[in-house]
Amino acid sequence: MTNDLIHATAAELAAKIHSGEVTSVEVTQAHLDRIAETDGKVHAFLHVDAQGALAQARRVDEAVKAGEQVSPLAGVPLALKDVMTTEGVPTTVGSKILEGWLPPYDATVTRKLKEAGVVILGKTNMDEFAMGSSTENSAYGPTHNPWDLDRIPGGSGGGSSAALAALQAPLAIGTDTGGSIRQPGAVTGTVGVKPTYGGVSRYGLVAFSSSLDQAGPCARTVLDAALLHEVIAGYDHMDSTSINAPVPPVVAAAREGLNGDLSGLRVGVVTQFSGEGYQPGVARSFEAAVSQLKELGAEIADVSCPSFDYALPAYYLIAPSECSSNLARFDAMRYGLRVGDDGTRSTEEVMSLTREAGFGPEVKRRIMIGTYALSSGYYDAYYGSAQKVRTLITQDFAKAFENFDVLISPTTPTTAFKIGERANDPMAMYKADLCTIPANLAGTPAMSVPSGLSDEDGLPVGLQIMAPALQDHRMYRVAAAYEAARGSFGGPSL
Amino acid sequence: MTSLVELMDYDEVIEKYDPVLGLEVHVELHTNTKMFCGCANEFGGEPNTHTCPTCLGLPGSLPVVNGKAVESAIRIGLALNCEIAEWCRFARKNYFYPDMPKNFQTSQYDEPIAFNGYLDVTLDDGEVIRVEIERAHMEEDTGKSLHVGGATGRIHGAEHSLLDYNRAGVPLIEIVTKMIPGTGERAPEVARAYVTALRDLLKALDVSDVRMDQGSLRCDANVSLSPKTTGALGTRTETKNVNSLRSVERAVRFEMTRQAAVLESGGEVTQETRHFDESSGSTSPGRKKETAEDYRYFPEPDLVPIAPSREWVDELRGTLPELPWERRARIQKDWNLTDEVLRDLVNAGALDLIEATVVAGAKPDEARSWWVSYLAQQANTRGVELTGLSITPAEVARVIELVNSGALTNKLAREAVNGVLEGEGSPDEVVEKRGLKVVSDDSALEKAVDEALAAQPDVAQKIRDGKVQAAGAIVGAVMKATKGQADAARVREIVLARCS
Repeated sequence: MTNDLIHATAAELAAKIHSGEVTSVEVTQAHLDRIAETDGKVHAFLHVDAQGALAQARRVDEAVKAGEQVSPLAGVPLALKDVMTTEGVPTTVGSKILEGWLPPYDATVTRKLKEAGVVILGKTNMDEFAMGSSTENSAYGPTHNPWDLDRIPGGSGGGSSAALAALQAPLAIGTDTGGSIRQPGAVTGTVGVKPTYGGVSRYGLVAFSSSLDQAGPCARTVLDAALLHEVIAGYDHMDSTSINAPVPPVVAAAREGLNGDLSGLRVGVVTQFSGEGYQPGVARSFEAAVSQLKELGAEIADVSCPSFDYALPAYYLIAPSECSSNLARFDAMRYGLRVGDDGTRSTEEVMSLTREAGFGPEVKRRIMIGTYALSSGYYDAYYGSAQKVRTLITQDFAKAFENFDVLISPTTPTTAFKIGERANDPMAMYKADLCTIPANLAGTPAMSVPSGLSDEDGLPVGLQIMAPALQDHRMYRVAAAYEAARGSFGGPSL
Repeated sequence: MTSLVELMDYDEVIEKYDPVLGLEVHVELHTNTKMFCGCANEFGGEPNTHTCPTCLGLPGSLPVVNGKAVESAIRIGLALNCEIAEWCRFARKNYFYPDMPKNFQTSQYDEPIAFNGYLDVTLDDGEVIRVEIERAHMEEDTGKSLHVGGATGRIHGAEHSLLDYNRAGVPLIEIVTKMIPGTGERAPEVARAYVTALRDLLKALDVSDVRMDQGSLRCDANVSLSPKTTGALGTRTETKNVNSLRSVERAVRFEMTRQAAVLESGGEVTQETRHFDESSGSTSPGRKKETAEDYRYFPEPDLVPIAPSREWVDELRGTLPELPWERRARIQKDWNLTDEVLRDLVNAGALDLIEATVVAGAKPDEARSWWVSYLAQQANTRGVELTGLSITPAEVARVIELVNSGALTNKLAREAVNGVLEGEGSPDEVVEKRGLKVVSDDSALEKAVDEALAAQPDVAQKIRDGKVQAAGAIVGAVMKATKGQADAARVREIVLARCS
C-alpha cells in the first residue's frame, strides 16, 4: 500500500483521495515515512513540517468526507523549495544568514498551495540564494542525486528534484533564474517547468535576480506538472511584474498531448546547443527524442539563434548585478544572523562581520561581480551591454518562433556530474546552464522532460522544450505526447 | 566649534563673489498609503506599527507603485510647468544605512517623471525671479534613526540606535532646481522665497502637509561662490537639516560668508554635506566619507515602467486648482488692492485668512481690517503667527456680522474676539457668557444721560448753548457707565435731544 502511494502520480493520488479510496493523511504519512527512511542519504529536505502537513491533510480529509468540492490537487503532498516564504516555518534560502528566521508571511505561491489544499511536507535544499547548478553551495550540505548518491542532483533546486526522484513527494516547487528548475529536472529524470516570466507571482520568493527569477512546477509526469502549474499561476497584484492575463490552459494541453498526435507541429532544433562540450550520450538521447517527435508527426528543422552564444556571459553580468542589490538587505539589523554585536563595534562593522560569516563563497563572488559591474564608469560596458544582449536574444527567439511552434535542445550538456567535480571551477559549473539561460533572459517559457537515460552512464537526460511567451500550453502538449511515446525509463533504487 | 569658523562680512562677500544657489526640496506626499505598500502613511504613531513585509524590506517582499502618488507627482510637475515623461522608470540607489530596510532606496535616476520646468518667485519687494526646475522625481522615504548616547546625536559615537520604520516607504517627491546664478546679495532671500512659493503651491495642490517642522517639507541648500574676477564656478556645499523658511535664508547666508572667508584665506571649499544648526545659525561638516559615493544606480527590476498616457496627463492638468499666483492676481483685482497692500497681506501670511473670512460672509475690507490690525496685534502680543491664533476665519466673520447687525459695538466685538482667543468658545458663546450686548433700551440710556448731565452741569450748559462738540464728554461718561455696552451714536442722539 505505502509503496503504491509513493509511486503514484499526483493525478492518481488526487483521484484516490477525492473518491475516499485513501485519505490524505495516509498519503501524507507514507511520504513522511519515505522521507524519514531515505533523506539521510539524499538530504533533499532542510526542514520537514510533519505537523503542518498532517494538519492540512486532515482538513482535506474532513472536506472530502463532508462531500465538499475540493480543488484538483487537494490532499496531495508537495516539497517546497526553501526560497519561498512560509509563515512561521523556517525559510533559509540555503544560507546561514537566514538561519532561524521565521517569516511572518506566506509567499503568494505558498498561499495558493495552502488554499488549494496541497499538503506542504517541508522545505527543500538548494544552492545558497539559488546560486549554483549542483546544490553543493547550500550552507547546510549538498543534496545527493537518488540515481547515484555520489552525484549532484542539479541546482539550484536540487532538493526539490531529488525529492521527486526519491519518491519523497509527487510534486515540488522550484524557482528558475538560469535553469534552476530545468537542469535539476534533467539530471534527476523528472519534469521541470519554467513558466513565462510573470506567469507565477514572485511575491515571497526570496529574490536572487528579480528580472530572471520565476517559480514553477516540478513533478514526475507532465500532467502532474500541468495540474500544479494551474494551482500556482495567475495574476497577483502584489507582484508588479505579474502578467494580468488568463493562465495558459496547460492541463488541457497536457491531456491533449496524451493522444499522441503532433501532426503539423513545427519543431526547431537550436543549432547553438550541440557539438563540442555535449556529452555523447546526451547527444544520442537528444537524437532519439528528435526521431520520436518525428514519428508523432512533428516537422523538424534546424534553427540558428546566433546571439544565444552570448547568453551565458550576459547572464553572469545581469544576475550578479541584481543580486548584489537584492542581497544588500541581509545586514543583521532586522532579522537573521547577527555577528560581532558585542557593544564595542559600529553598525558597519557588525554588518560587515555578519555578511562575511553569513554568506558562502559563491554568493560573495556574485555580489562582488555585480557590485563591480554596476559601478560608475563600468555600468555601460557591463550591465548596459548585457541588457543589449538580452534584447538580441529576445529578438532571436521572436524570429525563430515565426517559423517554429516550439524550439528544442538538450536541457543540459552533460548528465549529473560527481559531487566536488566542478566545485573549484566556476566556469565549468556555469556551463551546466548553457542551454537554459536564454529563456530566462527572454522571459519565455521552457521546460525539461526526461528523454530517458544516457547509454554510456545510465543517468537521466533531459529534453528542453521552449515556447513563446504565454504559450506555455504549447510545450506541455509536446512534452505530454513525447512522454507517452517515450515510455518508462525506470527509476533510481534507494 | 562654530565660534572658530571665520566669516567674511556680508557686504564684502557680495563685492567679491557671485553666489550660485541650487535647491533640493523633498516633499512627503500625504497619500493614504505608502509609496510601495498598503501601510498607513501617517506622521508619528507607535514606532514600527505602520509596517509590513514590503516596507520592512523582508526577504521575498515586492513593491507595488501607489497610483495616487504618481498622480500627485504629475500634478506637481504640471504646476511647476514641467514636461511629463511619456515613459519613465524607477531605479535603485544602493547604499547601506540601517534606517533603509533594503539597503537601497527605490528612486528615480535618469528618467524622472517630470523635468524642465520653472517657478516664478515673488520677492518681498515685488520683484519676480524665475527659478528653473531641473526635475521632480518620485522616491521613498527612509525610516528614522534615534541615536542614543554620544555627543552629537549622530550615529557616530552613539551608544546605541533605535530604528523606527513607520516613515520607511512614505512617498517623496524630490524637486531639484537648476543652478540659480545672478541673485547677488538677494541670494538668501531668493532661497527662502523659492521654498515659500513651493510650499504654497504644494498646499494649493493638496498633495502634502508641507510641515517643515514635521519633516514633510525638507530643503537641502546647495551654495557655491563664483569669484567676480574670474567668473569661474566654485565648489559647492550641500547644507541639510534646514527645517524652517527662516533657516533656509540663514543657512545660505552663513555658507556664503563662511565660504568667502575660506577662499579669502587662500583655502579651498571642500565639496561636502553640511548640517545646519538652528540655535547657532551656523553649518558644520557632516561625517567625512572615506570613499567616494557610488550609488550603483540601475533600473528597478521589481517594477514595470510608468507610461502616463497623454489623456491622463491632460485630465490631471484639468484638476489643477487655482495656483497661488493666479489666486493672488484674482484677489487683487476683486478686492481692488494696490500691489503694495497685496504684498503686505501676503508677507504677513494674512491672505488665506482674509479670503477664508470673506468666503465665510465678511466684506473684504472688514475682513482685512480685522486681520491686519487687531488680530495682528494679538498675534504679536502672544508671540504666534496669525495662523497660530486660536480663532477661525468663520469666527471672525461671525463677529463682523454681529457688529454689522448692531448686536455688538466695535469695542464689544474686540472683547468677543478676546474670549474666543482665550478658548471660551464661539463668538456667540462668548457674547452669552460675558454678557456682551449693546444697551438699546432708551429709557435706561435716558436715565444714564440725565445722570451724566447732572454730574457735569457746566458741560450740559455748553451743549444747551449750542456747542454740540461738547456732547462727546457726556457720551463718554455714559459709555463708561454702561461699560461700553451702549451704542454711542444713539447715546449722542439722546444727549442732543435732552439739551435742545
